[in-house]
Amino acid sequence: MEAVVFFLAAIGALGGAIGVISMRNPFYSVLALIVHLFSLAALFLLLTSAFVAAAQVVVYAGAVMVLYVFVVAYVGGGGESAWEPIPGQRLLAPLLAIALFTELSIAVLGSALKALETHGPEVGSGFGNPAAIGRLLLEKFLLPFEASSILLLLAAVGAIVLAARREPALGAEVGSSKHSSEAPAERFEDPTSAPPHARSVSP
Amino acid sequence: MSATAWCWLVLLFPLLGSIVVALGFKALPTKAAGAIGTASIALSFACGVAALVSLLGDSPDARHHASSLWDYASVAGLDIKLGILTDQLSVFMVLVVTGVSTLIHLYSFGYMRSDEGYHRFFSYLNFFVFSMLLLVLAGNFVLLTVGWAFVGFASYALISFWYRRETATRAGMKAFVINVVGDIGLVLAALLIFRELGSFDYGTVFAKAPQVFHTNQWTVTAICLLLLVGAFAKSAQLPLHTWLPDAMEGPTPVSSLIHAATMVTAGVYLIARTHALFVLAPTAADVAAFVGLATLLVAATIALVMTDLKRAIAYSTMSQIGYMVVGVSIGAYGAGMFHLMTHAFFKALLFMAAGSIIAAMANEQNIDRMSGFGRAMRFTSITMLCGGLALAAFPLTSGFFSKDEILAYAGARGGMYLIFVVLGYFGAFLTAIYTFRLIFRVLQGEPGPEAQELIETGHVHHAHPFNPATGEEEDTDVGFPGPEHHIAESSTPMRVAMGVLAFLALVGGLVQVPGVDNVVANWLDPVFADSPLAAIHPSTEWSWIGLGIGAAISLAGIWVAHYLYVANPEAPRRLEARLSGLHTFLFNKWYFDEAIDFLVVRPAQAIGRFANRVFEPFVVDGLVTGTEETVRGTSGVVRAVQNGFVRSYALLLIAGFAGLALYFLISSS
Amino acid sequence: MNISWYIVLSSLLFATGVLGILIRRSPLVILLCLELMLNAGNLALVAFSRMVGNGQGQVFAVIVMVIAACEVVVGLGLIVAIFRRKLPLNVDDLRELRG
Repeated sequence: MEAVVFFLAAIGALGGAIGVISMRNPFYSVLALIVHLFSLAALFLLLTSAFVAAAQVVVYAGAVMVLYVFVVAYVGGGGESAWEPIPGQRLLAPLLAIALFTELSIAVLGSALKALETHGPEVGSGFGNPAAIGRLLLEKFLLPFEASSILLLLAAVGAIVLAARREPALGAEVGSSKHSSEAPAERFEDPTSAPPHARSVSP
Repeated sequence: MSATAWCWLVLLFPLLGSIVVALGFKALPTKAAGAIGTASIALSFACGVAALVSLLGDSPDARHHASSLWDYASVAGLDIKLGILTDQLSVFMVLVVTGVSTLIHLYSFGYMRSDEGYHRFFSYLNFFVFSMLLLVLAGNFVLLTVGWAFVGFASYALISFWYRRETATRAGMKAFVINVVGDIGLVLAALLIFRELGSFDYGTVFAKAPQVFHTNQWTVTAICLLLLVGAFAKSAQLPLHTWLPDAMEGPTPVSSLIHAATMVTAGVYLIARTHALFVLAPTAADVAAFVGLATLLVAATIALVMTDLKRAIAYSTMSQIGYMVVGVSIGAYGAGMFHLMTHAFFKALLFMAAGSIIAAMANEQNIDRMSGFGRAMRFTSITMLCGGLALAAFPLTSGFFSKDEILAYAGARGGMYLIFVVLGYFGAFLTAIYTFRLIFRVLQGEPGPEAQELIETGHVHHAHPFNPATGEEEDTDVGFPGPEHHIAESSTPMRVAMGVLAFLALVGGLVQVPGVDNVVANWLDPVFADSPLAAIHPSTEWSWIGLGIGAAISLAGIWVAHYLYVANPEAPRRLEARLSGLHTFLFNKWYFDEAIDFLVVRPAQAIGRFANRVFEPFVVDGLVTGTEETVRGTSGVVRAVQNGFVRSYALLLIAGFAGLALYFLISSS
Repeated sequence: MNISWYIVLSSLLFATGVLGILIRRSPLVILLCLELMLNAGNLALVAFSRMVGNGQGQVFAVIVMVIAACEVVVGLGLIVAIFRRKLPLNVDDLRELRG
């Protein structure tokens, strides 16, 4: 029974992953990822980690993916051209990915860690409960907990700053597309190439 | 004061004089510069006399003292001191050098008076005397080489004294380059000596040499041959002699001092000083003797046809030094040094007289244009006659006794050395002919235009300044001869100097009359006592027979010259026409210059061209440019990695990670 | 099901994410592939937590989720900003930051 669920969830996860990397339309990729996330939640349940499974569904598939959907809707989904500018990329990438997988599998399967062959020890019913996780978070891992909350705050503020509309830029955007296309490009160029007169001053 | 202290003073005064005159060339008035220059050498001479007196106080066997100011290098088996050796030979040379130099400085006081470079002249001349004294007083081979090189430089500076004259500068360079060849020989010899005997110091070297070397071992022969290279370059013997005639581009006092009396005798001094090594390498000594003999004859033949007055006297110098080289090589050390002394007297005098005559000719040096100065310039002609008689070994002059003593010694040695006697007398015959050729041509006969002008007006003939060798016009500014020409009759210092030398040229030989007195040889004997050759003495009877033959030959030569140049003026022209091939050969100085140009100069230039056209662009530039291209190529390849594509960077990242994981997998299995 | 199965599945998902990053050119999809890799890591963490028997791996996985959320927020903010300035949304065209 457990094996069946495992394989179903595994196929779901793999299918979702392959869907993410192969779909032309980014919207379909987002949907494939959602499928993948749900399968992963099933796998977590198989591993008696109820809280993590719930968090995965609620936070990840619920909030983060919704965010993705919003942005994809805003940005729009276009296909990518078939031509590959970097020579050898199309050849080497799959090879390297396969190599990576092989090496990791060998490391795991050939490992001397005997516990990997087992199901894991017998755990009580409280394993993976919110209570257990909560206790750990507030007792042993208090510092990472607080630090991650600060991180969330930073990320939120940073995202707002990044994506905020600049009021003066509004006039440039509303103007002709040619004019606006060179102004942002000019601003984009600033960090990398200094204007000529500044370059001569630098040592 | 001890003899060595006097000798340090001998060295000090010329150096001080040179520095003072050089530094004060703007401040010192002309006369003062000349006076300082002359006085410093005179003081040096006085100190030399004091050293002699001090040495006389020692017993004859103990008359050598070494003294060192400080250790120059004392490390790892090397022990070089700034040391001088005061013994009979060095004091003898000091006296000769400083004595003749004082008189020449006195002469220059008047002769160079109107020259713009008067101060420079005296500074250089003093420096030269200092270097020569350093050379003869040196107590080890390193200081000898220092003095040797300084003398070479002084010679170069003084030959190119009139530096705006291109012929003068080229002559200076030629002299310097050939002298450097000699320097190489000397330095290599010194290094070989150090390698074999472990020291540079004269005392150690000469004491150890007989113990370390056996006769004619190849090392000691090599050392002596290398020393000979140095000696021949400095003393203008075949084949390194081509610089001496060209060195006549320098002012006459320079020719008189350096290229007659002192510098060119340095080679003779070297052979005499290192006689202990030559005794152990008789082959090298014989080589030296034969080269001296060859030079003697070749130079005498060339002097027979030379038309430039100073160059003719230069070839005469070369010939007489050949006699000296023969003398010290075959073991007649005392005789060789005696001839050195008398030669200094009469050759310096001859050059001084020549200078006076050339001044009267307004810088013209070709004897074909001179005649009749005997009546126009009495004093000059009398002194020139004294010098000529001594050179031709006229009976009872100084040259008479000194030259024949060498030949008598060669006769006493016998065997192969009899050839030296025969050819030496033949050379003496030629010497007499060419000497009196010059004297009769210049002094005898109807006065030429310049002489006539002198007789009538009492003023020296004046002409546009020109280069006597090429005839091109010059001016009298800095780097050229001065506008005025000073002759002996009008300048007291010149007359004093020439007078003293004339007296010495005539009576200087009386110190070494065979059977009567033996001043020079007795004085020098202890220095050469360790040489078995010094024990050979010609008997008094044979000496007088030799003197008689010499007298006869000298008179015969003078008679031949008289016949050719006074009695039968057409005879030389007819001879020249009949022996035109021989005449051309002699006139072109046996084509030595051309031979050296072909054998040495052209290959050197070819090597230079090869280096410039082939080696430099392909090998050197190839290496440099090749390195540059390689670096550029490699960096071009590396630069391609940074293409700006994030995905390619990610690829590299993953590839590196995969590689690392592979490494760990392999290393852990 | 041994724990090793979960680990192997996790590495397979990770390799798939890597392949996606190297192949795709749209920044959005690259971010999605990053999510794939993070989730693969989460799976491995939870599996090991089960293997060991305490909940520390799960706490770690929760923190990783937090971080993933932050990263997504910032990344999407960047994409919105790029889109607003009318630049091509293509990782190959955005390469002015060349060394």
